[in-house]
Amino acid sequence: MPVNKKWMPKILAFCCNWCTYTGADLAGLNRMKYPADVRVLRVPCSSRVNPQFVLRAFQKGCDGVMVCGCHPGDCHYTSGNYYTRRRFMVLKEMLEFNGIEPERFQTRWISGSEAAKFRDTVAEVSELVTKLGPNTVFNERRAENV
Amino acid sequence: MSRTGVFVCHCGSNIAGALDVERVAAAAGKLPGVRYAASYKYMCSEQGQQLVKDAIAEHELDRIVIASCSPRMHENTFRKLLKDTPVNPYMLEIANIREQCAWVHADREQATEKAVDLVRMAVAKVAKNKPLHSSFIPVHKKALVIGAGIAGIQAALDIADAGYEVTLLEKESSIGGHMVMLDKTFPTLDCSACISTPKMSEVAAHPNITLMTGSTVESVGGYVGNFDVAIRQKARYVNHDICTGCGLCETKCPAKVTSEFNQALCTRTAVFRPFPQAVPAKPVIDPESCRKLIGKAKCGVCQAVCPLGAIDFEDKDKLITDTYGAIVVATGYELVDWAPLYPEYGGGKYSDVITGLQYERLVNASGPTEGKILRPSDKSVPKDVVIVKCVGSRDKKKGRAYCSRACCMYSAKHAHQILEKIPGARVTVFYMDVRTPGKNYEEFYDRAREDGARYVRGRVAKIFRENGKLICRGEDTLLGRGVEVPADMVILETAMTPAQDIRELCAKLTISTDEYGWVQEAHPKLRPVETQTAGVYLAGACQGPKDIPDTVAQAGAAAAKVCILFSKNEIEGSPMISAVDENKCCGCSACVRVCPYRAVMLEEIDSRELSGAVKRQVARVNAGLCQGCGACAASCRTGAIDLLGFTNAQILKEVDALCL
Ligand SMILES: Cc1cc2nc3c(=O)[nH]c(=O)nc-3n(C[C@H](O)[C@H](O)[C@H](O)COP(=O)(O)OP(=O)(O)OC[C@H]3O[C@@H](n4cnc5c(N)ncnc54)[C@H](O)[C@@H]3O)c2cc1C
Repeated sequence: MPVNKKWMPKILAFCCNWCTYTGADLAGLNRMKYPADVRVLRVPCSSRVNPQFVLRAFQKGCDGVMVCGCHPGDCHYTSGNYYTRRRFMVLKEMLEFNGIEPERFQTRWISGSEAAKFRDTVAEVSELVTKLGPNTVFNERRAENV
Repeated sequence: MSRTGVFVCHCGSNIAGALDVERVAAAAGKLPGVRYAASYKYMCSEQGQQLVKDAIAEHELDRIVIASCSPRMHENTFRKLLKDTPVNPYMLEIANIREQCAWVHADREQATEKAVDLVRMAVAKVAKNKPLHSSFIPVHKKALVIGAGIAGIQAALDIADAGYEVTLLEKESSIGGHMVMLDKTFPTLDCSACISTPKMSEVAAHPNITLMTGSTVESVGGYVGNFDVAIRQKARYVNHDICTGCGLCETKCPAKVTSEFNQALCTRTAVFRPFPQAVPAKPVIDPESCRKLIGKAKCGVCQAVCPLGAIDFEDKDKLITDTYGAIVVATGYELVDWAPLYPEYGGGKYSDVITGLQYERLVNASGPTEGKILRPSDKSVPKDVVIVKCVGSRDKKKGRAYCSRACCMYSAKHAHQILEKIPGARVTVFYMDVRTPGKNYEEFYDRAREDGARYVRGRVAKIFRENGKLICRGEDTLLGRGVEVPADMVILETAMTPAQDIRELCAKLTISTDEYGWVQEAHPKLRPVETQTAGVYLAGACQGPKDIPDTVAQAGAAAAKVCILFSKNEIEGSPMISAVDENKCCGCSACVRVCPYRAVMLEEIDSRELSGAVKRQVARVNAGLCQGCGACAASCRTGAIDLLGFTNAQILKEVDALCL
């Protein structure tokens, strides 16, 4: 990235195919505008997201990670997002323990009709992460270890 | 090294107007493994598709990335296109640069950069794609319908008329459900038995329908096209192969218990048919009230009088198993047990406070009073009748927020009938709202009021006895003052609730219910008669309170869905399901526990370890049941179970490509 440009975070959003991904598509259909620093990675269900994927993203220097799915009770696969909720409650604490600011990791429930909520969530997380600046936790640690 | 082709779509100016498609294509061309990258005006058009086909041939591409609109839009289009090429349809990834890029970002530079990122992620992922092949599941063209009210009867008849075999299951000793208990039906007031009993006989006579009464589902295994169902048929103690249904036993049986069919308004015998037009038209013995079977007395009178020797006290429950391609749930409703909920209405201590269903039996010509409206306590004709709506429904404090839906109409029916049958009768209806959204429904309600029914808006707070009258005290919320209406008989229009054992049944079928126990449809608007388990459908009041017209419409719809399934000899299953690497699996069963479809099971295999041959447990995925959510893959400690199409390797590559 050219150095003279304003720094923009890289935010990875795992979105379930049935709710949040559909909501994100709807935001597009309605030509809503949101910051261009989020990249959506489509998964069938938020319960598909292994905490390891989130760790990997932070390790590789991703500045923010979102895991988004259907509202609890509305999962296309009945119960998937309940697992998501529990898994990531644990992960969030572990990330904090490792020095990653809790704001960098967000789990959100956004339905297929909540285009505006998708837009607002992305804008909110983008602002939070921009304020925090680049994620260098693992870079520094790597540097310490050598 | 993979040979990837990347195709960037302009989508007219939809994409090209918002970002630099040429730059995206050029950047894609430099990515590892990419052999060909191009952009085109409309990738989904015939010419666009030809471009892909030509490029595959010319550059010997083995996988494709299309950067275009959402995969929800055209993923299938491009999969289909690949079927005509040497490239497997699943060697495809879509980068969504329209809905999630071009349309949502105002800055051309930023949008272009993001599009490049999205393409890079897709290229990284597709490098890890593997060819996948659909499995084909044979369809067993025989349907099981659970519950034989009007919903189950109609569904069974429709499926059978289409030429398929049906087993119709009913837990009671006769089919018919609630509809045969009703007297007349709104809004046309045609006699309920006259329109439902011919259908019942048709079921009994239909060559494609096997009727199983006194039967419930014991267990369900398998999956769409191939459900293995075990059915428990309760002992009848009457051999129906011999019995002619002459009814002699019923006239001689000395045991008398309350009649369920007549809603406890009269008695029946222990050997009984619930009502004269019962189907099958042969009696069964209720072991809980038969003197001989409960061991209280020698009795056996029925056996002595039966001219054919059809009585068999040694009869046992039977377990019958069969395979069905599709299942229709039509278990209907029950009425809320109002007495414990309403101590303020006497909690059941006043015999002249009855339910709407009891009233239906009272007014019915074949009911306990032969159609004369006589109140239960002293068999006198009630002059003042109060009808109370929304008993147990639309009241969170009583546990049910929902509207019971049919009561507004049948209380108008009840009011009309009383005013017609009892000269000089006065009918007061306490209501919260009157809801009549159906063809000819509002007119029907108008008629009840024109007949003289007095509608008072408000709930009844208390019912108590005073000077031989039942006093209904409530509030007239329109006039804003309290009212007391004396009555000789009170009819409570009580809420429908789901069948008692519905949750158990749904657990067996792996379908879900809502908070009350109503069976959950797959989508409230677009898939109203499907459930989330493929091959399991629903019809009638089991899905929520409804009247007969809606019930019958749903039954027809469910039957049509079954026929669609049966029109194929085999169904194509999605290959994007979970798979287990047995070498890595440690048999911990974490995946078994998280699977919402019971698609993963442990199985014992022979395995060679350092210590020699051993047996160990590994996970196995049932391809017919797996819906591809991937919850198992995320739960796996060793990475043995993975979701094809969204493997750990694919997703990690995508993550890495973004963080580059
Ligand atoms: C007082 C009253 C008056 C009404 N009047 C009218 C009217 O005038 N017009 C109108 O359109 N509607 C009326 N209705 C509504 C009508 O009764 C229903 O719409 C209709 O009966 C629903 O049919 P169903 O087949 O879905 O359910 P049901 O009739 O309840 O049938 C369900 C069947 O499934 C069986 N079953 C349940 N669980 C199992 C199991 N686990 N295994 C096997 N079998 C099982 C039951 O025994 C039953 O036979 C009235 C309702 C009431 C309460």
